[in-house]
Formats: sequence, structure tokens, C-alpha cells
Amino acid sequence: MNIIQIEPYKVYGHNKNLEFLKKLGLTTIGIGFLFFMISLTGVSNRQTLLFFFLSFGLLTAGSIFYFTIQIKEAPAGIKNNRIFFDALTSRKAIAWLLGIVLTGFYVLLYWFPETLQNLVNLVNPLSYTLRGTAADRWFLYGSFYTTAVIIMAIRMIAKYRHNRYQIIRSVSVSFFQLAFSFIIPGILVSLNKPEFYFNYFWPLKFQYLFPDEIKYLTSSGGALGYFMIFWGAAMFVIATPVLTYFFGKRWYCSWVCGCGGLAETAGDLFRQNSDKSLKAWKLERISIHSVLIFVVVTTSLLWINSASNGKVLGTVSQGFAEWYGFIIGALFSGIIGVGFYPIFGSRVWCRFGCPMAATLGMLQKYFSRFRITTNGGQCISCGNCSTYCEMGIDVKSYAQRGQNIIRSSCVGCGICAAVCPRGVLKLENLPREGKYNQVD
Amino acid sequence: MEHLVIIGNGITGITTARYVRKQSGMRITIISNESKYFFSRTALMYVYMGHMKWENIKPYEDWFWKKNRLELIFAKATSINTDSKKVLLDNGEEISYDKLVIATGSHSNKFGWSGQDLKGVQGLYSKQDLELLEENTKNIRSAVIVGGGLIGIELAEMLHSRGIHVMFLVREKLYWNSILPDEEAAMVSRHILEHNMELKLGVELKEILADEKGRARAVVTSKGEEMPCQFVGLTPGVHPNIDLVKNSGIETGRGVLVNEFLETNICDVYAAGDCAEIKSNIEGDKNKVEQLWYTGKMQGKILAQNILGNKIKYDRGIWYNSAKFLDIEYQTYGFVSAAPRAGEENFYWEHSSGKICLRLVYKSDDRSVVGVNVFGIRLRHRLFESWIKEKKTIEYALENLHSANFDPEFYKKHEQEIIDKFNKENSGQKLILNRKMLSGIFS
Repeated sequence: MNIIQIEPYKVYGHNKNLEFLKKLGLTTIGIGFLFFMISLTGVSNRQTLLFFFLSFGLLTAGSIFYFTIQIKEAPAGIKNNRIFFDALTSRKAIAWLLGIVLTGFYVLLYWFPETLQNLVNLVNPLSYTLRGTAADRWFLYGSFYTTAVIIMAIRMIAKYRHNRYQIIRSVSVSFFQLAFSFIIPGILVSLNKPEFYFNYFWPLKFQYLFPDEIKYLTSSGGALGYFMIFWGAAMFVIATPVLTYFFGKRWYCSWVCGCGGLAETAGDLFRQNSDKSLKAWKLERISIHSVLIFVVVTTSLLWINSASNGKVLGTVSQGFAEWYGFIIGALFSGIIGVGFYPIFGSRVWCRFGCPMAATLGMLQKYFSRFRITTNGGQCISCGNCSTYCEMGIDVKSYAQRGQNIIRSSCVGCGICAAVCPRGVLKLENLPREGKYNQVD
Repeated sequence: MEHLVIIGNGITGITTARYVRKQSGMRITIISNESKYFFSRTALMYVYMGHMKWENIKPYEDWFWKKNRLELIFAKATSINTDSKKVLLDNGEEISYDKLVIATGSHSNKFGWSGQDLKGVQGLYSKQDLELLEENTKNIRSAVIVGGGLIGIELAEMLHSRGIHVMFLVREKLYWNSILPDEEAAMVSRHILEHNMELKLGVELKEILADEKGRARAVVTSKGEEMPCQFVGLTPGVHPNIDLVKNSGIETGRGVLVNEFLETNICDVYAAGDCAEIKSNIEGDKNKVEQLWYTGKMQGKILAQNILGNKIKYDRGIWYNSAKFLDIEYQTYGFVSAAPRAGEENFYWEHSSGKICLRLVYKSDDRSVVGVNVFGIRLRHRLFESWIKEKKTIEYALENLHSANFDPEFYKKHEQEIIDKFNKENSGQKLILNRKMLSGIFS
């Protein structure tokens, strides 16, 4: 028999060098962590800049090195091997440990900030450079958050290097986090202007339409303050419906939003832990719309009160707003939303609580061109799409019937289409006719 | 109430049950001794690789069955009495039926090799095979896979994910070359090597050698080469599982013989899916045994109609299949043969990465497209199918390739490069890519 010689263009595989380099990366990450620990004691206060680089610097450098070196291990493609074996990603010991550490950090941040003072000092050099003032706990939080998004976006890009949708999306969320949620607010502070986040608006950042906030923005921000109010309102009234009509809610949730930014990067490790059951879907519909109603009611109460100079409701509405801030802002979006990533998956807040997601979801379902198309009869019901849906959508239940997926919760991350081994799913913006297709 | 009993809870049996339930309130019982609940056979590999848990590969949540009044029996059917219309189970129970569906699936092929029943030697088809594989591959370093097909490549990917060195024994001169033309088969072969697996081509298995404990320790090839290993995967295809119907009076050949309505020779007994052999009513044509997920699903759907009395002939329509060779996705529609056939011409394009390619097969006379092989690009199934059905020409298909693309957004498009190659190869052709989407393809 005539044997054709075949030469591969490249051969991948494990080797000792690679193993060494991976360990080197992990060691660097470990040393970085160690310096965060050391900084907690306060010794860093004498050499802040040095300790800043030893902690943030080594952690970042080590992580980026560790994630990118793995490109050499195997050809590009979906490699979800061992996800349901590894303790971190399958809700075993390390996942719980990480959950406790993250939750603990939020508890300290919200209620015992003095314990973190030495870490706050650590970011002082950065804060002075960017904002011209000393750091506070929220700046520390922002620094951690932005670092996490960028490091994990690089991991995401390495993992999905064959998928340009994922690459561009990861760059987008990193950009919006860094520029809109970190640098621009910092510059505003340095200019003595109100600290404003241009990528958040009502109803997610509900305060931006509260009477007190508007008073504050106009009085301390001058013309810029008026622009901020106009921006926030225009984004909600004009941009939100228009962009959602054309692209679905993904333009915000998985491309711009900071909560989505963390979920799409760091949260990628835990997306498989979202609950896919019908029960969870039922709970989701009740809880997310309840929060939206709550925001609307709170905002209305505050305005009624403001219009009547506090005569109608007295301090009730203010109390209502503060209570909301605690329950929703701190407990829900922070502690459960991020702290419980390793247990419930990365989108608990976005799925069960976010009022912006609820609004976008209604628009997406009823007024948008967006849907996930199912490709003819090619589905093999393998379940990868559902498993890796961070929003807990049972994607395959649609795909195996040949039905397009139209769900208000879908953030359009595109991972279902990426992990599908049979080319069945595609995120598409198409004329609304034919959005609900025939099912066999 | 009429009682429909289905033996086998794979895709064929379940599809039959679902479609009967959609239109009828008849009592439906599904018997299986493989798993309590329906699972996706094609997803077994992902459980082994840790992509999913067992729970994740069940296409329906557990409440689905009760809600749809589908009774599940977890037991082995041991014999069928077609006179008294009863199925006997291994737990001693007898189930009476009015209508019976045999959807018992396949068994892995074993060709009588010496050592094929040793410990550490197995095929991959069932849930039990997967459990055995866990057992057999504990703490092993290297494995030999015999048979270069779709199960072989899946088994290789599985073992590779656990850090086990994979060595393939493939009879053809290139991987899956009995089905794939040389270029595509070479592409797949290269990709296997890229993953640091070994590929012995043009080689057959002679025997499997045992160690003192009766476990496989090496294979000997047809060339006399001895390859040490701790595991041997036998994946040279499957054959219909007809154990149950032997001696029942139900006619069998390679599989359970059925007509185009999926009826056996016995009234009210049907068979479909992997285990069925569909008799050809055209003189000289071979009977069909179709062993794909897709054909099982299509047959189940048609069978449901026949059970309900709406007689419909099974016609699988335009052929299609899909697979994934490690990182490279594959789709095929229509008919593409491994070797060129008379009266047909081929157009083949391959990307410089060596991992993306497209082959269009068309008739020489009217230039109508009869088949497509595509690797590394996703195509729109229904659209391409309609092109083949409507006998669109190769020129039409190429010019409208943009409409057929199903790759995710922002992916690099190769359509212009493909058209340029066609124009170059066919002097006088000046095809221009239509960059607009064809209207009406999404409704």
C-alpha cells in the first residue's frame, strides 16, 4: 500500500521546560500574594511604592505569564478538560475556601474598613498619581477589581485565542473597566469634579437619578455636572433601547458593564456552576423583576418627597433608599454576587438581581433583533451549551428542538456557540421576522 | 388504553416516545438496562474529560418523564413473545404491549482478534463502557486505539485529556480515508500528530498480548511490530444489537429487518435506529443500516407517525453528518465520496493553516452541487441542504457562500479566497462574491 507521509505543521505537548515555566509563573503569583499579606501588617507603609510593585506587580506579571505560557501546551480550541474534577472549578474544597476569602474581603471592606487601612496605603502612590489625593477603601477596591478584570481577560484571550468574538469582547470589557470605571473617575477626582462612572446609569446605578445626587452633581460639577445628568438620562432613554434593538442586551452586559466585566473574565472559571434547572428560572423571573420594581418605587418616592419638600413622606423615603442600598448594593451584588462566584457561578447578581439586566432583558425579548440561531438538525444534545451558560439557560432544550434561543436573561457572551462541538449555535442580529422560528 | 412499549432509551426510542406523546394519550413504557434516564450518547466523552457531569448530558430534567407520562423501566428485556404480545424482563416481570418498538442500538465490533477479551481491552459505546474505561485507564501511561473512525478519534481525545499517550493503528493510508478524500484525511491525520499522538497508517491489528495477570500489555501489528501499552481501545465501528430478537420470530439480517415504514415482519412490532436494517425496495440496492445520532432521531420521528397510523415512508432526505476531530469541526451535506466518481467534479480549497478546508462536489453536466465537506468553517445546514435539493450550481453556491456561513461574528471570512481559487482554476470564470445575505433564509 502506498503510504502518504504527513508532516504536522507543529507538534504540541507537555515537556519539562513548560512545566518549569508554569511553576515559575505560579511561584511569582504566590510571592505577590505573600506581599499583600505582609502589607496588611503595615511594614509596607515605609516603602509603599516598593511594596506596591511586589504585591500588585508580581501578582499581575506572574498571572499573565502563567496564562499565556499555556498557549504552548496544546493547539487552540475548546479545552475544558478537568473542569468538573478540579477542586477550584467544581465546588470542592478550594472553591469554598476562595468563596470564604472573597466574602470575607467584602465584609471587611463594607463594615470593618479600618482593618484594610494598610492595604489602602499600598495604593496611595497610584492614587496620588491618578487622583492627586490619598487612596480610600473604594479606590483599593477599584484597583483590585480592575486588576482582576485585566489579568483574567488576558487568560480569557489565551483560552479562546481561536475565537475573535471572545477576544474582542474581552478587550472591550477590560477597556471599559480601566477607562470608564477607574481612570476617568480618578481624573475627575483630581480635577475636583464629582466622581462619575460613565458606563453606569439608572436603574443599575440608581443614585444617578435620585434628587439628592442630581442636586449634588449640578452644584459641585457645574457644566460638567449637567452633562453627567444628561449623559445618564440619555444612556437610559435613548442608547439603551436603540442599542438593545440592534444588538440585544449584550452590548451592555457582556461588553461594557463592570459587573459583567468581572463575570466575563474572572468569572469564566465558574460559569459551569450556574443552576440550569427550571426551578432556578422561575425564581430568577420573580427576583429580578422584584428588584426592578423596588428601584422604580424607591426613585419615585424620593422624587415625590423632594417635590413636596419632605412633607409627604418625611424621612421614610430616604430610609427606604438606604435600606435598598444595603440589601441590594452590598449584600446582593457584592457578597453574593462576587463572593459566591465559586459556588453559584459568576452571574448570580446579573441573573437574579440586576435591575438594568431586567430592563434590557424585556427589551431584548420583545423589541430586539438579537437571537441565538439554531443550525438545522445538527444538535446532538450533548449539553455543553447549557453547562457553560453562565446565566443558567438550558440552551440545549431549545437547540435540540431546532428552536432559536430567545431569552431575556441571555447576555450574549457567545460561549454556548464557542463550546458547541457541532456548529449549531450562532449569535445573530437579524430582522425580527423569523425570530421565533418553527419548531419540529 | 393502547400500550406502546419501547425497548431502548436512546435517541431513537425517546424520539419515538416524544412524538407519539405529542399527538396521543396512549400509555407509553420505555425499557432500558443501560441507564435510568435518557442521556446523550455522543456526550459520553465529555464526562470522561471532565467537561461535564453525568447530570449535564441528560437532555431532559428528571421531572420531564413523569410530566409527559412516559413510564421508565430500568431492567433488561430478555425475550419477546409476539404471539401473546409480551416482553419478559430479567427481573421476572412480564410487560404486555399493543405495539412494540425495538430500538436496542449497537454493539462495538470485534473481529475475532486474539486477546480481544483481555482485561484492559474494550470498545466505547455504552454507559457501562464509560465506567469500564474509568477502571481500565486508572494510572496508565499509554494506549493503543485500533480503528480510524469517529469513535476512535473521540476515544483518543478522551485519553489524551488524561495525559495518556495515544497510538493509533489505522488500516487505511490516512485517517478515516474510507470516507474522507485524501486531502481531508491528510488534514485530520496531521492534526492528530499535532497533538503529539502516534499514528500508524496502513497497519492492522494482529493480536493483543497479555501479561501474567491476564491484562493487555502490548499489541502486535500486521507488520510484526510489538507496541507496549496498558490499554487497547477497539473502535472499528459498531453493528446492530439484535440479541433480544433472536428466536422471537422477528426477521433479522445484519439488523432487525424492517420495511420503509419501519415495520418488522410481525404486525405491531417496529424497529428503528442503529439496530434496524431497512430493506431496499429497489432491485440491486443494498439494505441500509444507519448508525448516526441524526438518523436515529429522524427514524424515531417517522416511526411515531407510523405507530399513530399516519403511514409515512422513512426517507432521510439530503444526507448530513457532523463530527469534531480534536479541535477541528467537520460538517458534510449531500454526498461526498472518498474517491472521485464518474460524472462528478471536485473543487477543493484549503487554508494555509492546514486546518480549514472546503470541498464542493458537483455534477459535470449540469454543474449542480451534490455534496460538501467543510472543516473549520461552520455552514448553515438548512440553506445548504436547500441548494442541494434545488440543484443549485457550483457557481451559485460559491457566489452565495457568504449567506451560508455560520461562523461566530468577527471570524475571518475565507469566501473571497475560495472564489479566487475557483476562478483561477477555471479559466473564463469570473465569479463575484455576493456580500449581501440572501433574502428569506432566516424565516
